[in-house]
Amino acid sequence: MPVATNTILMCAGGGCISSGEESCLSALEKAIDKYNLNNIVQIVETGCMGMCDAGPLMVIYPEGVHYQQLVAEDMEKIVSEHLLKGRIVEDKLLENPETEVRTQNPYDDHPFFTRQVKIATRNMGVIDPLKIDEYIAHDGYFALQKALEMTPEEVIQILKKSGLRGRGGAGFPTWLKWDLTKKVEGEEKYVLCNADEGDPGAFMDRSILEGDPHSVLEAMAIAGYAIGANKGYIYIRAEYPLAIERLKEGIKQAKELGLFGENIMDSGFSFDIEIRMGAGAFVCGEETALIESIEGKRGQPRVKPPFPAQKGVWDKPTLNNNVETYANIPPIITKGADWFSSIGTETSKGTKVFCLTGKVKNTGLVEVPMGITLKEVVFDIGGGIPDGKQYKAVQTGGPSGGCIPADHLDTPIDYETLQDLGTMMGSGGMIVMDEDTCMVDVAKYFLDFSVEESCGKCVPCREGNRVMFDILERITEGEGQEGDIETLETLGKSIMDTSLCGLGQSSPQPVISTIHYFREEYEAHIKEGRCPAKVCKPLVRYVVDKEKCVGCTACARVCPVNAIEGDVKKPHEIDPEICTRCGSCIEVCRFDAISRVSP
Amino acid sequence: MAKVKSLDELMKIKENAVKNIQMRDSDKRGKIVVAMGTCGIAAGAKETLQAIVGELDKQNIDDVSVVQSGCMGLCDVEPTIEVVMEGQDPIIYGHVSPEQVERIVEQHVQNGKVVSDLMVRKGEI
Repeated sequence: MPVATNTILMCAGGGCISSGEESCLSALEKAIDKYNLNNIVQIVETGCMGMCDAGPLMVIYPEGVHYQQLVAEDMEKIVSEHLLKGRIVEDKLLENPETEVRTQNPYDDHPFFTRQVKIATRNMGVIDPLKIDEYIAHDGYFALQKALEMTPEEVIQILKKSGLRGRGGAGFPTWLKWDLTKKVEGEEKYVLCNADEGDPGAFMDRSILEGDPHSVLEAMAIAGYAIGANKGYIYIRAEYPLAIERLKEGIKQAKELGLFGENIMDSGFSFDIEIRMGAGAFVCGEETALIESIEGKRGQPRVKPPFPAQKGVWDKPTLNNNVETYANIPPIITKGADWFSSIGTETSKGTKVFCLTGKVKNTGLVEVPMGITLKEVVFDIGGGIPDGKQYKAVQTGGPSGGCIPADHLDTPIDYETLQDLGTMMGSGGMIVMDEDTCMVDVAKYFLDFSVEESCGKCVPCREGNRVMFDILERITEGEGQEGDIETLETLGKSIMDTSLCGLGQSSPQPVISTIHYFREEYEAHIKEGRCPAKVCKPLVRYVVDKEKCVGCTACARVCPVNAIEGDVKKPHEIDPEICTRCGSCIEVCRFDAISRVSP
Repeated sequence: MAKVKSLDELMKIKENAVKNIQMRDSDKRGKIVVAMGTCGIAAGAKETLQAIVGELDKQNIDDVSVVQSGCMGLCDVEPTIEVVMEGQDPIIYGHVSPEQVERIVEQHVQNGKVVSDLMVRKGEI
């Protein structure tokens, strides 16, 4: 291909695809064809660029101009103006929230991008994930080459010095895991990649695999060399078809170049990877259940010890790391342990990828240095809470984690500080909640998830979570009883103490944490039959303000159950017995006359 | 595809690949701006643009970007191009047909010498 005048990067991450990237792409190709620019414009589909909220996204080089919130109809204008005449299409640029000026290159001046430090996601949104050449152009496979010239001990020493800890949630030192598995005697060993990402609101592993599959593949080969394994498995859920497709293509291309397979780069080391698809059971993210599932058995955790390092897949020594952990390893090898350990805090080195979701302006994928405060993530990078609402809490760690209220916004994020706050790093979901969120309802939501996903092996988890859920349901229906909070606390503690695996050991955490920080909300539900956030339907009524109502009949017409009565031009009234609390009337009222009240 | 057996071979793949993606680097030694107003296109600016891209590739130049602009206001000497090299005054050339492109790229872009018979203007507009 001759040198192109323009290269267009289209974000083909999950978020942008679902907001219409494919139709934009075909419209773009058509427009380029129409203006006869085929041979001088190059289009590349990349992985997730991070700012999912503003998708579909596109960057046009050499200028590096970002366009956002694209629809297929914009493409003709972008081609005829930008590509043909070099004029920027102003109204499709991203607005910088600080200066309220539309910016051409947000990588340089938009806080969402400037506050990030990209290590694990370094190539995402930059390269074409289906081309190994582009990965190599960004120093890909040089880490493997370098590792193969070292001894396995030296590789593990670099990891030890770097301070890298497991990004799956628990934060176990990565080097130690590698070292333990290496030291176990055995001819046959295995390397696993845990890509069974299942927390509600978490999509970083998926995005890494979709946007930069080779970074994980390369790291697994390095791991194989370090611990003495020749075979790897990637355990990934079947709900991630795009990630699976890109991994398969990646493995194929790496094999063609001899970077995988027999006798890699004449070193005598051979390594191969197989993809195993899971059916989407949350418990299979627990490493021993994952191993059972790889062996073709029902996904249930095993008793530890023996640990996977001693007896894992097929009872052979097995090393298991999370996707994001692997993605950090190639740059650590090429750039050195000192570079990596210069980023982060005393105990937690490097960066963490978070999926910023919920009630925040800029939702998406962000990679930030450890030690950054929650406030910086939510307000500087995330742009704060939309619609002028108040911040209430951030939920981290998914169904295993807890909530962090406003008083702790200045806490620097690392493994230890989050644990001290009664939550955990988890895999990286970060759900922002505003004043309209009911914490009892949130706890109920996460517990419902754990009840559904409990494998049923341990009684405390199977039965205990169900009992806790029933109590929460009663509370949100206004049937709470004196002593419910105490029962939840003791029951939660015994479930955590007596369950076998991480799922049961952490599933009551969302309840315990919300009771700890928002006890008064639980009490309001139980003692006063009141939901302070006005979320729990049985505790909420809709009322019409007779002063404000002009009798336009809009609400009565939209009500699906005919609960609203009133004559034209006379104040209306809502019958609470019939009303289903759907909220349609509030949305259509133009006079602000209907409100939600909780006694 | 041949298998990679050494660091040198891996390096070779990298060098080739870097060339292909260098377009995504906004840090360049210079740029050639092609005026693509209605007047320019009518006078053949599209062919000139294609010729420039082809010539840069032929002469292995990858640190100069080619960008398009609207009408520069010099409609009577279209197609016009502006060559902006680092540390030099920008030069505007007029009547740049595809045949003139090779000369401009070789003399000006490669060797920094202005092609005076085609120059219509020196310095910022």
